[in-house]
Amino acid sequence: MNLYGIRAIYLYEMHRAWRTLMQSLATPVISTSLYFVVFGAAIGSRMAQVEGVSYGAFIIPGLVMLALLTESVSNASFGIYMPRYNGTIYEVLSAPVSFVEILIGYVGAAASKSIVLGFVILLTARLFVDYEIQHPVWMVGFLVLTALTFSLFGFVIGIWADTWEKLQVVPILVVTPLAFLGGSFYSISILPPLWQKITLFNPVVYLISGFRWSFYGISDVSPMISLGMTLVFMLMCLAAISWIFRTGYRLKS
Amino acid sequence: MHSTISVRNLSKIYDGGFQALKNINLEIQRGEIFALLGPNGAGKTTLISIVCGLVNPGEGQVLADGHDIITDFRAARAKIGLVPQELTTDSFETVWNTIGFSRGLFGKPANPAHLEAVLRELSLWDKRNTRIMKLSGGMKRRVMIAKALAHEPQILFLDEPTAGVDVELRRDMWEMVRRLRASGVTIILTTHYIEEAEEMADRIGVIHKGEIVVVEDKSALMKKLGKKQLTLQLQSPMTTIPPELADYPLELSADGNQLVYTFDTQGDRTGIAGLLRRLSDHGIDFKDLNTSESSLEEIFVNLVRSRT
Repeated sequence: MNLYGIRAIYLYEMHRAWRTLMQSLATPVISTSLYFVVFGAAIGSRMAQVEGVSYGAFIIPGLVMLALLTESVSNASFGIYMPRYNGTIYEVLSAPVSFVEILIGYVGAAASKSIVLGFVILLTARLFVDYEIQHPVWMVGFLVLTALTFSLFGFVIGIWADTWEKLQVVPILVVTPLAFLGGSFYSISILPPLWQKITLFNPVVYLISGFRWSFYGISDVSPMISLGMTLVFMLMCLAAISWIFRTGYRLKS
Repeated sequence: MHSTISVRNLSKIYDGGFQALKNINLEIQRGEIFALLGPNGAGKTTLISIVCGLVNPGEGQVLADGHDIITDFRAARAKIGLVPQELTTDSFETVWNTIGFSRGLFGKPANPAHLEAVLRELSLWDKRNTRIMKLSGGMKRRVMIAKALAHEPQILFLDEPTAGVDVELRRDMWEMVRRLRASGVTIILTTHYIEEAEEMADRIGVIHKGEIVVVEDKSALMKKLGKKQLTLQLQSPMTTIPPELADYPLELSADGNQLVYTFDTQGDRTGIAGLLRRLSDHGIDFKDLNTSESSLEEIFVNLVRSRT
């Protein structure tokens, strides 16, 4: 295995994040803080508790997931799209690195950035509301798994996109709505029965539910089902990437 | 001499059905400078891209230093450095970071001393902490070369290395290529500047419509396919070539002032002495004469034209 190659891609991507720290870290932290101020402190103080948890604390896992999903997709898609766009991908394709190593470098860096962001948002949340983490190992597990899965998804988008518009369309028109409708700000148990059933087709429901369970022990679906669905989505992304690498789709003629 | 690149029965058909390469067979010897010439769309870049791993090969096999580029791609690619035609760099990175990245990508541990030597060789050392976006086009071209040399390749592909660079930089690059060759690196270059191939190459391959038309030592090619011409500046203009000179391959210039005699460089006799005697016998005087040899460009154009 070309460990130097993986390290080079990983560090190069991490360095790019450091170079654009405002965009990589400050922007999502500020926007998430605004959610805390508006929904947690301002509106949340007038809302009833949800299954024994204050509304401000209830939305923390959802907001972390919201940032984690969008940033994982954004980081990974941009990471692989940029060298395709400016032509520097030639160097990666001509180097003695396998596709698996390329994947580890790019997706590993994208997921790392999202995980750091997730922890920074959790620390920021402390400034606004008190919360507990009942199952810290599971919390970290869900955080890492989600970051990896959606970074893989972002990698697929970064390969598929051949314009900047396409690069933006999936995060904005698909990921963000799914995160908002996946129980970031509410428990799906408050929805009418039909909508509860429809909502279960939203994969983000399982991520948020499992993540929230690791905090407060409450969930819309069983944590094991959450874990299983996340793994299924990860396998789907891996299958798509495997096909991309096998065929050279959008990478090699 | 040991082949460092072996291309065997290589063909490539793109998805759209365009056949870019047709049964290419090519052996490139270790330590030589090989120039691949061909008009636009001839298949030069496809061939290089396949060897370097950028394009999937169709049929056939390519070995780099004895390693199959598909089944043993790590060993094969580790030997190769590529300077593509386009100036493709990460504009926001510094020169130092980008060449460090290139070295790591090719599986080599950090070696600041080597990177420094490469940058000094290319007169980039003073620019090491400069972002690439702030460099001139010529400097960016040097950065591309530095990236290709960062992992100490044994085989270097230069795809149109001096396209769009000024004369001074072109000369610098030629010098650098010669130094690399002297250090044992095999150089394969494609170029539109046939003067460049004539100046630098040991051997020349001409590719046209996906087929290798000829591969020869440069000097042998020029000797074999080249021709010499004797041009006579006439004392008095002619309207037609006199019938007494009909057995010589002569051409008369449009203004009638020059008589051009083409002769075979490989022949035992050039026929010049006989021609001059014949001219004297028939009272055709000339005030000056000179001989010229075909340039590589003329040979190339003739080769390609004969195949069209």
